[in-house]
Amino acid sequence: MVQHMSEMIRIENVSKRYADFVALNNVNLTIEAGAKVVICGPSGSGKSTLIRCMNYLAPHDSGTIAIDGVEPKGRRNIEKVRREVGMVFQNFNLFPHLTVLENCILAPVQVRKLPRARAEALARQFLARVHIAEQANKYPSQLSGGQQQRVAIARALCMEPKAMLFDEPTSALDPEMVGEVLDVMVELAGDGITMVCVTHEMAFARKVADSIVFMDKGQIVEVAPPEQFFTAASSARARTFLSQLQY
Amino acid sequence: MAFDASVFLDALFSTAFLNGALITVSLALLSHAVGIAISIPAALYISGPPSMLRGLTKVVLGVLRGAPTLLQLLFVWNALPQFFPIFREPWFSPFLAAWIALSLNEAAYQTEINRAALGAIDPGQQSAGTALGMTRFQILRFVTLPQAIRVALPPTANEFITLLKITSLASVISLSELMSVTSRAVATTFQFTEYYAAALVYYLVMVYVLIFLQARLERRLVWNTSVSESEPSMVQKALAFARRS
Repeated sequence: MVQHMSEMIRIENVSKRYADFVALNNVNLTIEAGAKVVICGPSGSGKSTLIRCMNYLAPHDSGTIAIDGVEPKGRRNIEKVRREVGMVFQNFNLFPHLTVLENCILAPVQVRKLPRARAEALARQFLARVHIAEQANKYPSQLSGGQQQRVAIARALCMEPKAMLFDEPTSALDPEMVGEVLDVMVELAGDGITMVCVTHEMAFARKVADSIVFMDKGQIVEVAPPEQFFTAASSARARTFLSQLQY
Repeated sequence: MAFDASVFLDALFSTAFLNGALITVSLALLSHAVGIAISIPAALYISGPPSMLRGLTKVVLGVLRGAPTLLQLLFVWNALPQFFPIFREPWFSPFLAAWIALSLNEAAYQTEINRAALGAIDPGQQSAGTALGMTRFQILRFVTLPQAIRVALPPTANEFITLLKITSLASVISLSELMSVTSRAVATTFQFTEYYAAALVYYLVMVYVLIFLQARLERRLVWNTSVSESEPSMVQKALAFARRS
């Protein structure tokens, strides 16, 4: 097969089921390097499962998922590929027993084997990028939700990944904190990193995404540029979904 | 019969009581150490998906938790030599038998504590470590275990206090721990109160030292409050009380 240098994530015929529930049904999707992709759809449509399959956090049952041209086999290789893909979770999942700085340097020191001083410098640089440098020595529980999520973004960036996955990064936040997280993500998008984001923040999608992936019942129903998706979605299911968001 | 303070003090500072207390505390420490060493891998193992071997392990743990400790002591001391000639050698002392029996017993209890502590950690922690490319061992070492230890510490200290007192059961297999020393002294003099009081002092000192160490360790493991936000000091509490009254 001809290898396109620009493909960051290639998903081919991927299916996954949880017991009797089909979470993903023969999904195909290619994400180019540097692309900003927003995945949306009703709850239970498989969007979170799909993004968790992209870094092998949820193992898929069949089909292939290649990251930067590599389809990892075996636990060691999968762990290696995961270093290239950062992930931000809905519930932040910061390590509560470590300070903000320690959260950011744990994986770089243990996984990338960076010297501690180098990892710390990197962490401070990324904490500054998410506008939270002054909180480096606090514990996660001392921060607001928005601050915690920005730390989680910095922690993922400290691995210097090629792609970032965001799994509903603002869904667990109080409304007044959504903005500060989205601002950071918009800034990040400007840096050319590949970004995949499951979100219902349609204003963000419109501003940042090059394409919107709409999912329903474990399948990709529609892939379209934001303008087209929001003004003239081709599928009836997507139009219904969008009309319900117009509150 | 009045309380004879000199008998009490003599007993308190006798080498027999001191030796008994040393045997008690070392048996408890060694048994708990082995118990914990067995319990961590055991807890991780039984937390996995169900299988034949896991079911069997749970049955064995159930027997160790279910059978009276006294029965287990007697079994190891009396029955093991029946099955295995190696335990008939002179090196198989009451101390060793008690150590084996209490270690296994303790491992079973401690496995439950650790399993619950590991289960109390948010699965998102595992996901976060995994997504960062950490290996399973690294996640355990740096993410899951440090959090589980804090959860497991109070019940573990409780467990040690219980164990310290349960060592007195080893008197039935002729181990000269603190309670058998006490009983022997009582049997020859009939001065119950003085000797029981001396034994009580030893047990309480050992338990209070442990409680002190536990409190120190727990303070060290507090990670979500800065110093200024931590518990008010005794002085502050007293002042607040004075203001209220």
